[in-house]
Amino acid sequence: MLDNLEDFARRAAAGLPSTTRHWAVRAVREDSEQLSVRLDVAQAPRRSLDHGAMICVIDGGMGHAATADLSARGVALAFERAHALARAGADRSVLAFDPLPHPTETGRYASPTQRPVSGTTLPERLEWLREVCASARGDERIVDRVATLWSVHTEQLHFSSEGARTEQHWDFTTPAVEATAHAKGVTQIRSSAGQYNGFCQQGGIEVLERAGFREREGVRVAGEALELVGAPTCPSATLDIILMPDQMMLQIHESIGHPLELDRILGDERNFAGTSFVRLDMFGHYQYGSELLNVSFDPGRDHEFASFGFDDDGMRARRALLIERGVLLRPLGGALSQARARALGYEVDAVATTRAASWNRAPIDRMSNLNVEPGQSTMAEMISSIDLGVVMHTNCSWSIDDSRNKFQFGCEYARMIRGGQLAEVVRNPNYRGVSATFWRSLCMVGDAATQAVLGTPFCGKGEPAQVIRVGHASPACKFAGVDVFGAAA
Amino acid sequence: MSRSLEPSGPWRRDVAGPYTQPAAFDALASALLHPQTSVDRTSLYLRAESSDFLRFNHASLRQATGVEQAYVTLAVERGLRRAESTLSLGGEPGLDIQRLVAEHRLLCDQLSLIADDPWLRYPTAATHSRREAPGALPDPGHLIARVNELAGRGLKQDFVGFYAGGPITHAFADSLGSRHWHRTENFHFDWCLYRRDDQAIKAAYSGTQWEDADFAARLHASAQQVPLLDRPVRQLQPGTYRAAFSTTAMVELLDTLGWSGFSLRARRTGVSSLMRMQRGEVVLSPEVQLHEDFSQGTAPGFTPEGFVRPPQVALIEHGRLPAGGGTLNSTRSAAEYATLANGAQAQESPCALRMDAGSIPAGDLLKVLDQGLYVSNLWYLNYSDRQACRMTGMTRYACFWVEAGELVAPTNVMRFDDDALRLFGSGLVGLSDAVEFTPRSGTYGARELGSTTAPSAVVDGFRLTL
Repeated sequence: MLDNLEDFARRAAAGLPSTTRHWAVRAVREDSEQLSVRLDVAQAPRRSLDHGAMICVIDGGMGHAATADLSARGVALAFERAHALARAGADRSVLAFDPLPHPTETGRYASPTQRPVSGTTLPERLEWLREVCASARGDERIVDRVATLWSVHTEQLHFSSEGARTEQHWDFTTPAVEATAHAKGVTQIRSSAGQYNGFCQQGGIEVLERAGFREREGVRVAGEALELVGAPTCPSATLDIILMPDQMMLQIHESIGHPLELDRILGDERNFAGTSFVRLDMFGHYQYGSELLNVSFDPGRDHEFASFGFDDDGMRARRALLIERGVLLRPLGGALSQARARALGYEVDAVATTRAASWNRAPIDRMSNLNVEPGQSTMAEMISSIDLGVVMHTNCSWSIDDSRNKFQFGCEYARMIRGGQLAEVVRNPNYRGVSATFWRSLCMVGDAATQAVLGTPFCGKGEPAQVIRVGHASPACKFAGVDVFGAAA
Repeated sequence: MSRSLEPSGPWRRDVAGPYTQPAAFDALASALLHPQTSVDRTSLYLRAESSDFLRFNHASLRQATGVEQAYVTLAVERGLRRAESTLSLGGEPGLDIQRLVAEHRLLCDQLSLIADDPWLRYPTAATHSRREAPGALPDPGHLIARVNELAGRGLKQDFVGFYAGGPITHAFADSLGSRHWHRTENFHFDWCLYRRDDQAIKAAYSGTQWEDADFAARLHASAQQVPLLDRPVRQLQPGTYRAAFSTTAMVELLDTLGWSGFSLRARRTGVSSLMRMQRGEVVLSPEVQLHEDFSQGTAPGFTPEGFVRPPQVALIEHGRLPAGGGTLNSTRSAAEYATLANGAQAQESPCALRMDAGSIPAGDLLKVLDQGLYVSNLWYLNYSDRQACRMTGMTRYACFWVEAGELVAPTNVMRFDDDALRLFGSGLVGLSDAVEFTPRSGTYGARELGSTTAPSAVVDGFRLTL
């Protein structure tokens, strides 16, 4: 389908006026399958076969046009439309686009897939889900059970007038299991890594093994749902808390990732996703968190959900620390946002993370793989350091203000810590805080043994809106003096 | 001021993707939907759009994108088995048909690889509908120039906004002979005029008939409110407040309520946010009347499976769940729980939610509030305890402290965490006597169709926490 695209694109580009400064094509082909077994009943398999291309043209302004018609005529029409929009924006855009430099990188990236999901049969995959769903059965208080598997293969080709040419192939695999328990008027949901697919990684069948999906997750999830319906509500108090990686990922995502998006700092998202309490003059010196806080943009991490070789502008992506020893160093932003910051007098050292949801959306600054680096503390040390506190697992509720500051998050499952020991399970644990001060209360960071590589397929942002895949690897972390509350607060 | 309409601008709609017009879809249907012995039914569900997306920051163009896209969901059913596949369509019917025929063959083969699904239901008789809402939309080049000229050079506003417009088609056809066609040419343009930090006036202009004069009038009206934000900010503290919700804020609350609240499956598994009403523990104010109302919305009158939606489904009547439970029942849940389907999609959330008007004269909202918080916008709502219907979220943009029925000062953004059933129950002072129709403006993957219609409201004891 993409075979003739380069030829068609070059022919179409040859017809553009000589004032055209740049063009680029990003073509995407994505095949996916979603399977679900609920209460032991397999639902209809859902396949998706998607392809198309986004054309970008700079001539005074910048214009984009997306089409799934990859014939010579379809590509030519898209070039024409992108050029028309570029001209319409000339002298009326946020930046003079003509002088911008463009990448000339060539290269290839492929997910480190060992055993592709496509190498198995549909009956095999459905049988796995049936087994996992059945393993969550066994107690009449379990009123709902569902096991799902979402597998995606994506190919992307990007090339430009400057000779850039990058080809990237990804395999994304997302297994999940969820159980709902009900007893004596209390209903609780427990899931394997969040009700929105927190355990998602690049790779094939090996991802299921890393998740323990077939071996243990159905039994664990159902067992913990039953614990929750018999548990008391989380107490309301100012407490020390330990956030496990499947809650840390949400904490990182909302209160570090989004506020550090450079386009948000530049005001692009103020009409929709919001602004940021971070300003351009904070980079290089602002104390974002305690000295234990080290945050990396790491697009090369094996298996992590948003690993890639090049961003969607064709820039080579490299690991960089965004926050080091608590000090804010650089934002999440691509070449265009960097140029806009420069035009405002701020030289920020951003990273290559301009990305689009698919062929039908133009790229914007996203967070990709955003990780908290492991520290030195063992899980046992963190628990034993707390006289009265809570260990919280797995996000189920999230809300944060326009500037990414005042947040309130809820978890599926928690255990009290009493006298340095894990104690009873509590339900409906919530906590709230302010990003600008919360990370300064980080007082212990778990070692590599406490770390998990997680993510989400559902990070939303942008106008038009875009849902994108992100990865978050994190150890367990301890925070001091947090406002914790349960359902009745 | 005259309208500037296509095709005079830089892009000609006559060469746009073909699937927003009937001929191309009819060609697919003719090729794919002839009677077959291998399956009981084959169906096609089309979602196509030709869209202009223009995003602005500081009254300048940030990003301009034209999108031609068409997706068709091809499904085959035999007995209690179904398999489906969604394909992007390129626009050359011959090639698209070739791909769909190959996919049809694969799906038919899949039917022998899967087990029976006892809750699968599909229509057994042909149905038909046709709805067209033609429009007159602005040329993108003209719009970019107008924003730059009016908001930037004219009003000198820090304008940040987003325009999405163009034709959208949803269509359905099956081998039983059903044919449904729903096409609208519409636009939605919303913007903020920022004064500082997170303080802004939010406004919107949407419809099917663009008028430059209407846009200019709305822009000017929003600009006239900006000086209110110059007043010193009133720093609110956590506590309970008498509050007035604009219709925009009400839409946020109602849409969150629609997230599991009315789902039959959620009710039967105990995870609905309206479980306390279901158990008879709570009743709302008798003024609260909620319906799913397809008769007035922009959502198609048919489901992706080809079922026809009823014009109205009662969800809450005089503050109580109606006799049938007031649930949205997909065909699957209806079969599983042995009740009747009522046109809901698989996720069983509202597409055309409508709350009836109350008795407060719309112009007297602040007078009835007297003293308290005027909430123009809410943001990032979620449940802090779903089964108890406890919601949390933030105030956003231009919320004001009100004294003696007058806007006195803008407020800092505040988090609320409150029992939504109490807000609409014992806490409800009243609803306005006029409702506002708010079309869905979501653009995740595709431009959304649907709406929420709501009055404004005054409540007592709105709980702010941070």
